[in-house]
Amino acid sequence: MRFYVTYLAQRLGQFLLVVFIGINLTYLITHLTPIDPVEQSIAAVTSFGNTSPEAIGAMRQSLRELYGLNGAPHQQYLAFWRRIVLADFGPSLSAFPTPVSTLIARALPWTIGLLATATLMTWVLGNLLGGLAGYYQNKTSLKVLAIIAMGLHPVPYYIVAFVLLVTFGYLWPLLPIAGGKAMNLGDQLSLTMVLSILKHSILPALSLLLVGLGGWFLGMRSLVSNVVSEDYVVYAELAGVDRRRILTSYVMRNALLPQVTGLALSLGAIFNDAIITEQVFGYPGVGSLLVAGVYAGDYGLVLGVATVSIIGVSTAVLIIDLVYRLLDPRVRTA
Amino acid sequence: MLATVRDLFRYNPEVRIGAMLLGLVAGMAALSLASPYAPLDTFVVAPDLPPSLAHPFGTTSRGQDVFWQLTFAIRNTLTFGIVVAVLSRLLSLAIGLLAGYKGGWVDRVLMAINDTFIAIPLFPILVLFYFVLRAAMSWAALALIMALLGWAYDARLIRALALSLKSREFTYTGVFSGMTTRELLLREHLPYVMPIVFATTMNNMNWSIGLEVTLSVLGFTDINSPTVGGMIYWANQHTALVAGVWWWIAFPVILVVALFIGLFLLAVSMNEHIDPRSRLRRMGAEGGA
Repeated sequence: MRFYVTYLAQRLGQFLLVVFIGINLTYLITHLTPIDPVEQSIAAVTSFGNTSPEAIGAMRQSLRELYGLNGAPHQQYLAFWRRIVLADFGPSLSAFPTPVSTLIARALPWTIGLLATATLMTWVLGNLLGGLAGYYQNKTSLKVLAIIAMGLHPVPYYIVAFVLLVTFGYLWPLLPIAGGKAMNLGDQLSLTMVLSILKHSILPALSLLLVGLGGWFLGMRSLVSNVVSEDYVVYAELAGVDRRRILTSYVMRNALLPQVTGLALSLGAIFNDAIITEQVFGYPGVGSLLVAGVYAGDYGLVLGVATVSIIGVSTAVLIIDLVYRLLDPRVRTA
Repeated sequence: MLATVRDLFRYNPEVRIGAMLLGLVAGMAALSLASPYAPLDTFVVAPDLPPSLAHPFGTTSRGQDVFWQLTFAIRNTLTFGIVVAVLSRLLSLAIGLLAGYKGGWVDRVLMAINDTFIAIPLFPILVLFYFVLRAAMSWAALALIMALLGWAYDARLIRALALSLKSREFTYTGVFSGMTTRELLLREHLPYVMPIVFATTMNNMNWSIGLEVTLSVLGFTDINSPTVGGMIYWANQHTALVAGVWWWIAFPVILVVALFIGLFLLAVSMNEHIDPRSRLRRMGAEGGA
């Protein structure tokens, strides 16, 4: 167990470093680019008509405050960190005067719910099918599945989501294509509400599943086909151990470890996909919030979502890594 | 080298299909040189015409010929992917080889940064870049940003290889005969990691083009230089699907999917070829053994 504690400390250090570099990156992007965001915003507003010089001056002052551009560089930097630590990104410009943190807190459960379910489903299904395809290499049905997985895997996420949207929105209107739940339902929890949420999540989840499945499938298939030729598997087969038992407790279990690491590594990419899903299907999560923030020129909102995503994804990766280490018997007994 | 290519074509149907798809895409891109219209001109042909002999892929609501517009779009998209891939390959090679060879604290610092870049969700960062740069977010700026963000995963692969090269005989011979680190890495270690660099190049192109398409479709890039994502963006702006102008979206989507599948198939078979276990299995299976 002492081994695990050292690992825990190391991993926490790595987590803090990721968050530190990530936040600094957002600071650099917003403060060191040659373009002045304040002048950009002012240009966007003044292009609609005549504004008095005094009004522009006042606007410039308040925008500089909002963007944290007042004071010496080191003061700006410290103020930036204070806002991050306090999770205070100011009021949202596009949903004034709701604070950005409230907007994000409202959207976050949708994203986490959709992302967690879809990722888990994709991972389990992909590894299961991939394991089968690697073990029974001559089954035609599994070979066909491999071709489908190979064809779907490289297609960029947006395209798959878009094709699903067109198919189920225009050609065969079967499922709801926009929103997180039916509009006419209130806020109280009820069976119809849960069903509505589930029904609205089918298409976004399905699109994530279709794109993500191939990677796990192909990875697991090649891992399993390497394990299959190991001596202990051959021995188990000669000893007459049930084939299904060989597959589950001899082959898959050993091939699964790199796939867990892979899950932690690919979480950032999966999050990218989720942002786009929400945009395509009008799902009320942080991805929709981010895109809406850009269109509305809402600086606090965009910065808030970017920061929360960096912290959120790193935390999820940390949790997976820590749990994974606990599951590994070599670590447990050490 | 030639024999390798011949073997790949002979034993891997994936390579044949992938090369065919890429050839199709490259051919399309090359045709842009013969285009009768300038890429940015609008209303040069009658708008909203369905595919016909005169306009094989139809025309857009902005009065552009979809076929010729697509030749420019795929050329820009392809060039974008290649530029990002080359730049980020240089970074991942430099960092991966150095970290693997030097070891110690150099390795630890470089890999800590590396793992950070793997873990950070890039899409919000790219959106933040667009938010700040706006009009200045040109094609070249985006390529540079993507290259700076996209090296980490492959640097890890290269480092793993470099680690194993470090304890080989020829490395010791090189060190004892007085080669500098730079000479040793460039002349002795680089050739060993090249195959994996080629394979990751294609994966990296898929990654960067995929993100570029997504950003363009949302309108978060320079929407005036024609790219495949930009075409879909304009089609969406003109609600092409509701208006029944399906060819404006369908042909760009088909072509870019062909590009993705082609690149992916080549990358997969290249990886398989590098790994002797899977190569032998395939050749054995094909020979009926």
